[in-house]
Amino acid sequence: MDLELRGIRKEFPGVLANDDVSLVARSGKVLALIGENGAGKSTLMNVLSGLYRPDAGEILLDGVPQNFHDPGAAIAAGIGMVHQHFMLVQIFSVADNVVLGVEPTTVGGVMDRKRARAEVREISQRYGLAVDPDAIIEELPVGIQQRVEIIKILLRGAKVIVFDEPTAVLTPQEVEEFFGIVAELKSNGAAIIFITHKLKEALAIADDITVLRSGKVVGHADPATATPEELASLMVGRDIDLSVDKAPAKPGATVLELSEVTVTDDYGRKLLDSVSMTVAGGEIVGIAGIQGNGQTELVQAITGLLPVETGKVLFQGRDVTKLNPRKLHQAGIAHVPEDRNHMGMVGSFSLSENLILDSYYSDQFSKGLQLNRGAIQESALALVQAYDVRPPNIDNTGDALSGGNAQKMIVAREFSRDVPLVICAQPTRGIDVGSIEYIHEQIVLKRDEGKAILIVSTELDEIFSLADRILVMFDGEIVAERLTSETTPTEIGLFMAGNRS
Amino acid sequence: MSDHIPASDPDSPVITEESLKHNRGFVQRLTTSVNWRTGILIPLLSVITALAIGLVIIVLSGSSFSEALEAYGALLQGSVGSIKAISETLTAATPLILVGLSVAIAFRAGLFNIGAEGQMAIGGMCAVFAGFTFVGLPLLVHLPLAILAGIIGGAIWGFIPGILKAKTGAHEVIVTIMLNYIAILFVGYLLKTSLFQREGRTDPVSKNIEGSSALPQLLDWINPSMRIHAGLIIALLAAAFIHWLLFRTTVGFEFRAVGANPAAARYAGMSVARVYVMVMVIAGALAGLAGGGQVLGVLERVTPGFTAGIGFDGIAVALLGRSNPAGVVAAAVLFGGLRAGGQQMQVSTDVGIDLISVIQALIIIFVAAPTLISSIYRLKAPAASMQISKGWAS
Ligand SMILES: Nc1ncnc2c1ncn2[C@@H]1O[C@H](COP(=O)(O)OP(=O)(O)OP(=O)(O)O)[C@@H](O)[C@H]1O
Ligand SMILES: [Mg+2]
Repeated sequence: MDLELRGIRKEFPGVLANDDVSLVARSGKVLALIGENGAGKSTLMNVLSGLYRPDAGEILLDGVPQNFHDPGAAIAAGIGMVHQHFMLVQIFSVADNVVLGVEPTTVGGVMDRKRARAEVREISQRYGLAVDPDAIIEELPVGIQQRVEIIKILLRGAKVIVFDEPTAVLTPQEVEEFFGIVAELKSNGAAIIFITHKLKEALAIADDITVLRSGKVVGHADPATATPEELASLMVGRDIDLSVDKAPAKPGATVLELSEVTVTDDYGRKLLDSVSMTVAGGEIVGIAGIQGNGQTELVQAITGLLPVETGKVLFQGRDVTKLNPRKLHQAGIAHVPEDRNHMGMVGSFSLSENLILDSYYSDQFSKGLQLNRGAIQESALALVQAYDVRPPNIDNTGDALSGGNAQKMIVAREFSRDVPLVICAQPTRGIDVGSIEYIHEQIVLKRDEGKAILIVSTELDEIFSLADRILVMFDGEIVAERLTSETTPTEIGLFMAGNRS
Repeated sequence: MSDHIPASDPDSPVITEESLKHNRGFVQRLTTSVNWRTGILIPLLSVITALAIGLVIIVLSGSSFSEALEAYGALLQGSVGSIKAISETLTAATPLILVGLSVAIAFRAGLFNIGAEGQMAIGGMCAVFAGFTFVGLPLLVHLPLAILAGIIGGAIWGFIPGILKAKTGAHEVIVTIMLNYIAILFVGYLLKTSLFQREGRTDPVSKNIEGSSALPQLLDWINPSMRIHAGLIIALLAAAFIHWLLFRTTVGFEFRAVGANPAAARYAGMSVARVYVMVMVIAGALAGLAGGGQVLGVLERVTPGFTAGIGFDGIAVALLGRSNPAGVVAAAVLFGGLRAGGQQMQVSTDVGIDLISVIQALIIIFVAAPTLISSIYRLKAPAASMQISKGWAS
């Protein structure tokens, strides 16, 4: 089925999120939709999937105008959307999730689990989406959960499939597998819209690329001939330098030291297995590794969110192993958390409130019990400007920010603190190239001021362009340590896959 | 990333799966920001609709239409028709403001305080004890002492579910419901002990408070039957205080953060457990103050059931007032008016006061289901349907 959007317009109070947007996605082709944070990509797809009513414009399927009153109508017309955050019931099985809302029933309205399982099996075989219908969602890795989402929309007869940043949370292997699935879907005649910030991915699998900026279509590119640099400048409207310029590190005194830190979960399984490492002032240490190998727990153990079972954490020579998050914050650790929506901000709070989320009690922002609203507003305005959070309205709620701008807000909050150690987990996940450039610059700047920087990233590119020293985590252990100048992505990739040094 | 909640879009026509994914609890949904539509228009239309249905009920139960109108006339007369009526309305509103605030502040921190009734009962017992035990104290010492006793009693009764939640994860709804039973039965028991029971009585009734601990009447110089008392002023000050606490202080910032996103609160270094304890102590204190105010301002003694379900009405008041202190005051005055007017209606017409409970319940149903109101009045589609996902406070 071919999809055409004509002249779509969608306005939020004070923001024109889509302005006369037209695009075409053809059956059996992949259209990549790229653009800066806040360009209007998600909004456009929410219009397509019936979540938002456009203020103007038309949606045509095979040339026939559609009018989607609600997501149900869009689904019935054959539009399937895989959101970046999966909409799965965590404690249900795969089969139950897939048939949720369209449950097959036997006489008397009893749910027919056998048929549900058979349907899941049938689709997973047809499209090569290996999944166990009886597995419980919360026990599955993200990549498999994504497959469940895909099976879900296929079962509902989707012919136009939208993926909103599907690869942001996948491991490199999962990305490969995902591309295989996309190819399969393509050959079955689906029209695919693929939203991404990773320009290389767009170039790799798209048949056509449409670029949005400030709600408007600003150009198209042919993946066969375009380069990442061209795409980047088309997106941002200026030339982008994708490489990071930095002088060699001049490591100073050790700021953070872990010795044989072990963390176990409720079942006694080791999440961190005797991890020892150091980070010195003036250097960037990058933790490489495939998602789920203990990086999250490492950061939580350092920041006091997870109790350390055995071993020691030293901060500036002082034992901080048992301190709570507040104490560690005060001691001088800034932390950009991995999961920004869940941890990094309060969605219903305004930007100015979110910008003081972990420092509201400081002398700068409160006197005694009373919050100092003048100072809070002033600092929020300055931060929003400095870090280019858009739209720069500090009274908007966190929920109204596009994904990338939410991340910029959190980076602004944490980086504005003048502290000896900055921990960044996935600092640029979901962020457009322009902002990545900016955030990377800020990180290097912090380093050159003599701060100790710990970066956790599943993106090898990011690790290589930022880190001075690379540690690789595998299965809760640090399995390798290399100076960036003395290693290659291939070598690190092998360690990530479990080879030992 | 595609990760803001479309639900916060006022023009979005439907419940979005995306908003559901955030899976905000029922309680959190009660406390999102208020705009004129959800904060004023919907509640107002809910009240009007509930009154209209009440009219239909009167007619269906055998009265003529003109008799029904007469009953509503009496309702109006009894709530705002005279200074005496207004005094009755505000007298009834006084404890409602306080229990409404009690439920509201707990909502804000993500807790459901069903226990205002029990906290009120314990507060009332403590206040009456302080009120009759000390003899010969000056008013300026005795009254604050008795009020403080009420506050402390309620605070202790709120502390219990708070600490159980913080230390063991026990659900506050279950614990507060059980504590209501304990409180109410405990009051019945104490009233039969020589400590509380009035000399020479065999029925459960406490001694009368000393005059030096009574809240001053405000309008008795016009007419001694005007029951409005200084508790109203205390309740309004409490509302102002809670507003300040919630929106202007670091403590309120913590309460709201924990209520909206406990994971982010923990990341930001807040102690979620401490917030749970603190907010339940404050909620209990407010309800205890309501009980104390009733005893020291109106009843002058305690009898079984002296709380009269006011603590439960506090839940309705908090809902209608969207957990906003100013909204709580307005909702409490409305409910107070219905109570006062209902008395008048019962006395001067055939319509019983039970109708008032029906109307109150209808109001709450409509406020809780704003889509219903929007579709009855054909309000432009927007926010209306959002309500399903965001609930009655968005
Ligand atoms: N519900 C909303 N209420 C108000 N403004 C909104 C809402 N949703 C989106 N916006 C605004 O509309 C603009 C477009 O947002 P959108 O989420 O479509 O961007 P995006 O291209 O998906 O960005 P990202 O790459 O960061 O995910 C942004 O300025 C955003 O702040
Ligand atoms: Mg997006």
